[in-house]
Amino acid sequence: MSYELVGISVLWLFLYGYLIVASIDFGAGFFAFYAKVTKKDHVINQLIARYLSPVWEVTNVFFVFFFVGIVGFFPDTAYYYGTAMLVPASFAIILLAIRGSFYAFENYGSKQSTLYTFLYGASGLFIPASLSVALTISEGGFITEANGNVSLNYMDLFTSPLSWSIVALSIVSILFISATFLTFYAARAQDWPALKLVRTFALFWSTPTIIAALTTFIVLSQHNERHYENMLNLWWVFGLSVGFFLIAIWLLYQQKRYGLAFISVMLQFLFAFFGYGVGQYPYLLDPYILIHEGATHPSMGIALIAAFIGGLLLLIPSLILLFKLFLFDAAYVKGKK
Amino acid sequence: MELDTVLMSRLLTAMTLGFHIIFATLGVGIPLMISIAEFIGIKKNDPHYQLLARRWTRGFVITVAVGVVTGTAIGLQLSLIWPNFMQVAGNVISLPLFMEVFAFFFEAIFLGIYLYTWDRFTNPYIHWSFSLPIIIGGGFSAVFITTVNAFMNTPEGFTTENGTFAAVNPLAAMLNPATPTKVFHVLSSAYLTCAAILAAITAFMILKRKTTDYHKKALRLTMTMTFLFGLVTALAGDTSAKFLADHQSEKLAAAEWHFETSNNADLILFGWLNENNEPTGEMRIPGLLSFLAHGNFNAEVTGLEEVPTDKQPPLWIHYMFDLMVTIGFLLPGIALLYFILAMVKRWNEHNKGLLSLIFLSGPLAVLAIEFGWIYAEEGRQPWIIRGYMTVEEAVTSSSYVPHMFVLFFVLYVVLGTLCVVTLRKLFRNNPAEVELEKHYPTITKGDDE
Ligand code: HDD
Ligand code: HEM
Ligand code: HEM
Repeated sequence: MSYELVGISVLWLFLYGYLIVASIDFGAGFFAFYAKVTKKDHVINQLIARYLSPVWEVTNVFFVFFFVGIVGFFPDTAYYYGTAMLVPASFAIILLAIRGSFYAFENYGSKQSTLYTFLYGASGLFIPASLSVALTISEGGFITEANGNVSLNYMDLFTSPLSWSIVALSIVSILFISATFLTFYAARAQDWPALKLVRTFALFWSTPTIIAALTTFIVLSQHNERHYENMLNLWWVFGLSVGFFLIAIWLLYQQKRYGLAFISVMLQFLFAFFGYGVGQYPYLLDPYILIHEGATHPSMGIALIAAFIGGLLLLIPSLILLFKLFLFDAAYVKGKK
Repeated sequence: MELDTVLMSRLLTAMTLGFHIIFATLGVGIPLMISIAEFIGIKKNDPHYQLLARRWTRGFVITVAVGVVTGTAIGLQLSLIWPNFMQVAGNVISLPLFMEVFAFFFEAIFLGIYLYTWDRFTNPYIHWSFSLPIIIGGGFSAVFITTVNAFMNTPEGFTTENGTFAAVNPLAAMLNPATPTKVFHVLSSAYLTCAAILAAITAFMILKRKTTDYHKKALRLTMTMTFLFGLVTALAGDTSAKFLADHQSEKLAAAEWHFETSNNADLILFGWLNENNEPTGEMRIPGLLSFLAHGNFNAEVTGLEEVPTDKQPPLWIHYMFDLMVTIGFLLPGIALLYFILAMVKRWNEHNKGLLSLIFLSGPLAVLAIEFGWIYAEEGRQPWIIRGYMTVEEAVTSSSYVPHMFVLFFVLYVVLGTLCVVTLRKLFRNNPAEVELEKHYPTITKGDDE
């Protein structure tokens, strides 16, 4: 495998990681707000706080890892995406900033405030919406380059069914992933009232998820024939994805093996995400950036991979420790520590 | 319009970095202070120090959050606002940026663990040991980002072929000539600043409430650190100046208003420039610039004349440099005064005047950080990568930068205000005395003077 393929695979994997951990976080923020409005906060907010408090900063680093990595491996992305994304990415930054800091202000600070909870919950839905613009742009047709000026055609973007279906898909996926995780977490904590509530959330959001996924697929066929064809050739990957989705739903209905249900959801998105990504190969930005042409110098590529391996050797034991202390420590999860 | 974009982009970058650096500096230095306090607390079995560590940590979490979100902002903004810079420099300097993320990861994981395991282990040293990865993670993130900035000043580790970088050696780029002195000075000044800020908070509490053992111990600890790191920072600053004299002489020359190359050069302090660009109303110390630059009063110091006019940095950085250096002498000076007063029995080191000075040293240290960076960054103008790419060539072609400037300005005002409000509430509603009684009921009696 060439170094640029290793690079993009690793980055894609981390983006997937961000997708999962951030979804849990963003969705949980929304549910916390929803519960507060419907006066059910006493049921689930304790649970949410116990999970989120130790890990929210780690979630953010996943994102930073991705964008630093992609500019490192593919400096051309800085030029095209950087110029085109100034406005949407700035909005995402501001929302992320509000979200992260308000979380800290509320949780580590002293007073609870419905406004903070609202901002926290709402930002969690808008961030994916603004970040998903990058995915939409990558399909091509929204960026023009004329005498060295890259610009984004906002009209096209806002009137494109593709961008709206991607936005819708990102929002409902977040709620689905998050609810499934919380179901699992509540089961571990043996918190039955919370479990009951979040399980209904999970079941509720499963249908929109699959509908949005299908819609996006169809809209993509109108927009980027090549990508769509490639994805059709990878039909078995998407088949697996749907299979895992069904397993997850079945387990949730049967009210058992919630851990397995969450793993199935993770696999569902893993396959869909990789099917989507592989289908986009060889482009990073249709038609401007090709994976092989846009890559950095080989010496830098190798150095980055070496740094990555070194970094993993450091991180994996630390992450295991974190999970052991907080996620898999039954006493902590139950609130006894 | 073109010029506007450049100006607004520079202002936006400067604003974001100027805001981030406050929290980044805290992120580097506070963990060290917390760790020292907890260690002393365990070692001496002294609840005062343990409580100190706990309370500092509680405040720290709030500032970390702002550090993380503003850091994410600047990280993305580098690509959003300077796409041409990142496209070119990305090829050479992305390695440290990438490694920095691992440092963050490491820090973030252990910060989560540290925060939520205070009373979980029977051996207190286990909890204490979790502070070490936080110190290391924060320190290394500063090291890595500083190598990037050093690269912008003295780029190395590549060859150029028809306008693009070729034959890249990432390690050589990281270990460019500016790296050692810059890293040394950035780290030491971060530790100094954090010690000074914590001392200032303690002094403020004593001024407002009363002198308790808890506050006295806190003051002594933070003053010791301020003094030590004050000396180290001055030393590091001196090495930085010597580096500039050798490798980036125009930055030093502009800061010192040293226009003509000469031997036995005078050090010029403050003053202003008259219409003929001659320093007026300044203080002159004969030969000291030569000494500062090369360790020898007769050494030759390169003047600004050797650089073409359109490649000279602005002359107002003189004030940034002077202010930073002045603060650099004030901070350890105040700490020294404290120890002298403490040493002599008859004098009271907790008198109002001295406490007010100590209280001032916190904001002063932050100002020194800002002045230092503005000096370092402005002194590189008009280059973004010195000798290879100017700031104008690097900027985005998007026309929305001014709008974004306004948005981010509002964001930082809100974040800054809420951060202060939250911190004040956190501690006002929960004074140390009350908490001491709650956590360690056995020792509270007899605590007050
Ligand atoms: C508490 C903060 C603080 C204090 C007291 C000082 N500095 Fe400083 N200085 C910094 C904080 C700082 C900094 C923020 O860390 C800078 C900005 C860029 C850099 O590399 O470090 C810096 C830059 C900087 C540079 C430019 C380096 C470069 O651009 O490569 C020089 C020559 C000095 N300093 C010299 C000094 C001297 C002689 C001091 C006398 C005591 C001093 N500094 C005190
Ligand atoms: C964190 C402390 C820092 C502060 C407070 C700071 C401050 C500033 C200031 C005041 C400017 C505006 C200079 C001008 O254009 O007139 C600037 C520009 C800039 N700085 Fe820094 N800087 C810091 C560190 C860094 C580092 C570590 C990097 C490298 C990764 C960096 C990259 C840049 C870039 C790309 C620009 C825009 C181009 C330019 O104007 O030179 N800065 N910074
Ligand atoms: C010398 C100047 C700088 C220092 C010392 C510094 C240090 C730090 C520290 C310690 C943090 C973590 C805050 C915490 O967790 O405690 C942080 C966050 C961050 N910084 Fe800076 N920084 C500097 C300048 C920059 C610049 C120029 C960039 C852009 C490339 C940057 C990018 C980031 C990012 C992306 C984060 C957030 C990381 C996360 O999600 O945890 N920093 N910085």
